Amino acid sequence: MKHSFLDQYSDRDSIIHRLDPRGKLVVTTAFIAAVVMTPFGSWLAYGLYFIVIAALIALSRLPVSHFIKRSLVIIPFVLLVAAFVPFFKEGEVAGSYNLWLWNISVTHSGLQVLYNIMIKAWLSILCLILLTSTTSFNNILKGLEQLKMPKVIVMIMSFMYRYIFLLTDEVLRMKQARDSRNFGGGRKLWQIGTVGSMIGTLFIRSYERGERVYASMVARGFDGHARTLGQLQFSRRDALFIAVLGTVLVSISLINLVY
Amino acid sequence: MTEEIVTIKDLSFGYPDGRQALNDVSLTIYRGESVALVGPNGAGKSTLILHLNGVLRSNGSIRLLGKPIDDKNLKWIRSKVGLVFQNPDDQLFSPTVFDDVAFGPINMGYSDEEVRQSVNHALEMVGMEGFEKRSPHHLSIGEKKRVAIATVLSMSPEILVIDEPSSNLDPRGKWDLIEVLKSLPVTRVIVSHDLELVEALCQRTVILDRGQVAADGLTIDILANKKMLSKHGLAIAG
Repeated sequence: MKHSFLDQYSDRDSIIHRLDPRGKLVVTTAFIAAVVMTPFGSWLAYGLYFIVIAALIALSRLPVSHFIKRSLVIIPFVLLVAAFVPFFKEGEVAGSYNLWLWNISVTHSGLQVLYNIMIKAWLSILCLILLTSTTSFNNILKGLEQLKMPKVIVMIMSFMYRYIFLLTDEVLRMKQARDSRNFGGGRKLWQIGTVGSMIGTLFIRSYERGERVYASMVARGFDGHARTLGQLQFSRRDALFIAVLGTVLVSISLINLVY
Repeated sequence: MTEEIVTIKDLSFGYPDGRQALNDVSLTIYRGESVALVGPNGAGKSTLILHLNGVLRSNGSIRLLGKPIDDKNLKWIRSKVGLVFQNPDDQLFSPTVFDDVAFGPINMGYSDEEVRQSVNHALEMVGMEGFEKRSPHHLSIGEKKRVAIATVLSMSPEILVIDEPSSNLDPRGKWDLIEVLKSLPVTRVIVSHDLELVEALCQRTVILDRGQVAADGLTIDILANKKMLSKHGLAIAG
């Protein structure tokens, strides 16, 4: 089966696509750090960061709908974590509700925190979507490796990317096999038992696959040291990209400090 | 003139769970041969080939190109014996075809230029040039099988050992693969149940059953002996 949901659009071409993954990784990290460290309520800074990321998205020439769709997938998770803040943060009460036995109140400062978290999260998410949509996963890995990320971690991520699709297919096949022998109805509890054994089977299969993969690595001379060819080209354009974005990020923080 | 390339003498191997997979197997393979290793499921075929480049080791009764398998020359042996596993999804573990075919040469310590050359050459031999940047997941099974063969050809092995090359392939894919295998200028050991493929590729056939060599001879003679084939579960008596 064909899956390409992780780095969809990364095979297109644009100025952003052609940049060296290392430059993009550095800038992405810097951007997220800058956004996260912006003091609460700095609407001007948020606006400027949004303009920066919007400009980069425009340069990447990818459909805006793609960014919105991806954001909608991730935002609910952030909301889930942040949604409770307004109820727990102490301060001036914005509204209070009586629910049967409980009295629940929402505070202004709590809502402030919620808005800020959502905005910061969304800006960071847009930046990450831009990175993964303009860089193939393989190149992200190469970039991380050359930025001295521990090889073991890079290998784990590489295996994850290689086998996650196979495992997805395997789960789908197991589901088909289950459904073809499941004649409707049945007790719900029994169904849960089946899912449990499917998870167990999947674990054992993955474990055994791991052993076979290792045998095939050993058979080709693997001795515990991951080695790869450095195929990345860091050009003046990449240095320029880092310099420009770095200046922009620093200026935004300074502007925010002054106002 | 025929140089012994693999010499196995009285090889026995038991798995940790107590299952005895090989019992006193003796086998000699000569340079340039194409040998089929056939036998029913659980006969010990896969166990035997894992010994050929030292992934499994028991007693020192295997010699490759005249040298015993030990820690000192393990790396050298692995570059001389190319082992292709049955499931290409186990063999191809890298994000791109290039990385996978380059894995062996890089581990052998080739220079960057040599790695690139050997990858190009290996992909050319199996007719998969132009696929370097593709992800193994997006290849068809036939393509995966060819790339899996290229991953060991890139180390320029003296002997190519392939486990079940035709499994999961449709007839056209199988015959395409047979043509590719025929064109490779190396000694071949092919593990298979597929007697059609054996007949097309191998002059010599070895039957392995219950961890022992049950027959060893010309493919034509062995395939003609229906009684023996059915005795070892390779054909239905009739």
